[in-house]
Amino acid sequence: MKHLIDPMDLTVEEIDQLIDLGSKILADKEKYQDVCKHKSLATLFFEPSTRTRLSFEAAMLELGGNVLGFSSANSSSASKGESVSDTVRTVSYYSDIIAMRHPKEGAPLVASRKIDVPLINAGDGGHYHPTQTLTDLMTIYQEKGRFHDLTIGMCGDLKFGRTVHSLIKAMSRYENVRFVMISPEELRLPEYIVKDVFEKKNISYQEVRTMEEVMPDLDILYMTRVQRERFFNEQDYIRLKDSFILDLDKLKTAKKDLCIMHPLPRVNEISTKVDDDPRACYFKQVRYGKFIRMALIMTMLGVNVDED
Amino acid sequence: MKIDSIKDGIVLDHIKAGKSMDIYRYLGLDQLDCSVAIIKNVPSNKMGKKDILKIADNFDINLDVLGYVDPDITVCYIKDYEIVEKRHVELPEQIVNIIRCKNPRCITAEERDIDHIFKLTDRENRIYRCVYCESKKSNH
Ligand SMILES: [Zn+2]
Repeated sequence: MKHLIDPMDLTVEEIDQLIDLGSKILADKEKYQDVCKHKSLATLFFEPSTRTRLSFEAAMLELGGNVLGFSSANSSSASKGESVSDTVRTVSYYSDIIAMRHPKEGAPLVASRKIDVPLINAGDGGHYHPTQTLTDLMTIYQEKGRFHDLTIGMCGDLKFGRTVHSLIKAMSRYENVRFVMISPEELRLPEYIVKDVFEKKNISYQEVRTMEEVMPDLDILYMTRVQRERFFNEQDYIRLKDSFILDLDKLKTAKKDLCIMHPLPRVNEISTKVDDDPRACYFKQVRYGKFIRMALIMTMLGVNVDED
Repeated sequence: MKIDSIKDGIVLDHIKAGKSMDIYRYLGLDQLDCSVAIIKNVPSNKMGKKDILKIADNFDINLDVLGYVDPDITVCYIKDYEIVEKRHVELPEQIVNIIRCKNPRCITAEERDIDHIFKLTDRENRIYRCVYCESKKSNH
């Protein structure tokens, strides 16, 4: 893997290897604390995303490496009209690996063609965000110990939520995974995903309008934000929004080992009262995200650690 | 209607009726100095009606463009009033700088000097997608 642009660029085997390495780092941080010494990661964020940038930077620092970069287009030469290719190419001479975020779809692909160092897409508009998908997979594996034989509920904005689409594609490659789509009519999963993924691969899926009716079946509940601006009128939003807010009451019928996930940031779609429930995994997800990024950086840099 | 046969050049036959102006434009035939004849709505046994383009110059024709616009076109190369070669075009796997991505959120809307590349993702339905943003372009 030279660059990582689309989460589906990764084979199932490559994902297994990354998860395996991420788990080893998580179990023995000290062993990996200097493996990227004298290497540097450039975080080129043409649009701000503090959460994602810090996760990458923390990952590199904990591997003993250095970080450099910029956190918005204003502080880069992009504001002087330089092309994306030129900006990224210039930085590629100062760094060993690049994590890049850009508001335009396909910008990381364009940039990756002009450089010799590996590039990770850290989000290109509403398009791809492969390290979010890896974070979600790492969380599922850590919490469930497997990718097969799971019932996954996805709740909220399934129409525009790119993390949902990517996770569906990634999880559709494993045996006996059932999907339950929980959304208002207005925000249901796009037809092309139903056709290209569920129907083409003969995967079992169900579409419902409330989480209560499916809660007892779920092994994983992936929550997303329902945004006001997605609705035509205020009444529809107010009428529907409570149905897609998770609280302790709705969790009453859930399994004891349900894993509740959310890509964050959360606004109000999960009641803060749920945070202390052992089934809440969305902050653990942040932590897993750092470890899987560590594994990714090591793998893309070709850094190996001797096995005992 | 009679159009003189050409001595040396290219005849594009079996163009779907009404498509000849698209091809004229895509191939940039307006840039040529030689004679170009656009013959529309010619009766055809196979197609009912068809268009024909006759170009009195052996220029380097972009077969990918033809394949993209209409994969049923036949290209006839003419030398001394004789057809010396007949070629059938195919739907190309990839087309570069023939159509432009219209998605305003795509990097092609911002970056200078970028090739607009579309890949064939569904042969049956002739669907092309932008390699950068995956926007769909259907050519039928
Ligand atoms: Zn595009």
